[in-house]
Amino acid sequence: MTEPPLSLEPGPYQQSKFSYFKLSFKEHGQIEFFRRLTEELSQKRWESTPMSQPIPTATNSQTGRTRAVGIVGIERKIEERRKETEKNISEAFEDLSKLMVKAKEMVELSRSIANKIKDKQGDITEDETIRFKSYLLSMGIANPVTRETHGSGTHYHLQLAKQLGDILLAPLEERGGMMALTEVYCLVNRARGMELLSPEDLVNACKMFESLKQPLRSVCVCVIEESAELFLFDFLLLEAVSCGSLTAEEFAKLLGLSVLLSKERLLLAEKMGHLCRDDSVEGLRFYPNLFNSQA
Amino acid sequence: MSFEWPWQYNFPPFFTLQPNVDTRQKQLAAWCSLALSYCRHHKLYTLDIMEVQESPVFNHKNIDRKLSTEAILIVFEELRKKGNLEWLDKNKTQCLVMWRRPEEWGKLIYQWVSRSAMVNSCNTFPPEFHGLEEWMLIRSLQALQTDGKAEVITMDDGKGVKFF
Repeated sequence: MTEPPLSLEPGPYQQSKFSYFKLSFKEHGQIEFFRRLTEELSQKRWESTPMSQPIPTATNSQTGRTRAVGIVGIERKIEERRKETEKNISEAFEDLSKLMVKAKEMVELSRSIANKIKDKQGDITEDETIRFKSYLLSMGIANPVTRETHGSGTHYHLQLAKQLGDILLAPLEERGGMMALTEVYCLVNRARGMELLSPEDLVNACKMFESLKQPLRSVCVCVIEESAELFLFDFLLLEAVSCGSLTAEEFAKLLGLSVLLSKERLLLAEKMGHLCRDDSVEGLRFYPNLFNSQA
Repeated sequence: MSFEWPWQYNFPPFFTLQPNVDTRQKQLAAWCSLALSYCRHHKLYTLDIMEVQESPVFNHKNIDRKLSTEAILIVFEELRKKGNLEWLDKNKTQCLVMWRRPEEWGKLIYQWVSRSAMVNSCNTFPPEFHGLEEWMLIRSLQALQTDGKAEVITMDDGKGVKFF
């Protein structure tokens, strides 16, 4: 058996002056243990398998992990696991300490800026502004649009919409052009880090998408009154359908989605009244809802 | 003059009962309008469900679409609610189609009667009354009676009408 480290309490004994030992079970398990114990005693497996060899030295490492049975093996495993955990924790702390260093810098910078503003002492140096902006950039926001800079109301929301448009383009593409507004909310606020958006501001900004003439014009918000859920208007779908009609399979192929997801989107657009269906022996197709749009 | 089909007639979804409630309302309204105008054009007053399924109205062979029996019955129910249709039997196999309701007919009759009374000559029924079936006529007169504008009199050799 291994030589226990001195710091540990006296561990497994090789010999004992007692011929019995007492096991105490704090929270059940005694019945199961007893059953297993009697089973093992009857099988006497320890007599068939050899006891582990003396601790394998480095010369045995050609087999890689050496096989060890019995208590030694267990001890070894525990030790390995402990080392692994220690390694992981220290790595994590490395990142964290780096983060803390950065955060400390940021905190100091923002404190100095705040003081300057408060004392109206001199201007914020260009250097400081640049540093501040670079921190923001690294967190995903180039120029946070805040109520202070752009006021409140529609102008604010319009500016916000523009900013959202830039942020959301890539994530939307990844998700096949559609995201629930709750997802947008999380994503955007995570990127902002500070000056978080309230749900109301987000909704109002999204409603402005329509009036923007940019790629994200293709996305705007529709509020479904019955459920309090907000969904982004599936304009990608509607553009696809506007050239005629679509089946779930055709739409899936067009956008590289699963058929299941494509069907979901078609059904949702139908529920919202943007599409209508044609169900025949040829299959289920969806058309733009001309019942609504044509007089 | 040939019958003019509405744009919906060439729109395949028109022949599928729409699950979306709002869409369905619009769809049914269009069907009611089409059914009535078709009957008016061809002066049809009674319809048989089995026959009607194969008529060009509900079976558009060109686009290979037809309205299901279930949907036809729903359309007819709408017509009934609006007062344009009456079932002749409990099993809903035959119905009367009033593309002009009795009240509307009554008004027309009264107007015609008023005109001809002024002219004071023997008049034949004008073209718009051609094909008006007796049951429809009677109902129209009854509607006028309810309105106080006419009275149906039973005489020895039939019925007569007195206009006020």
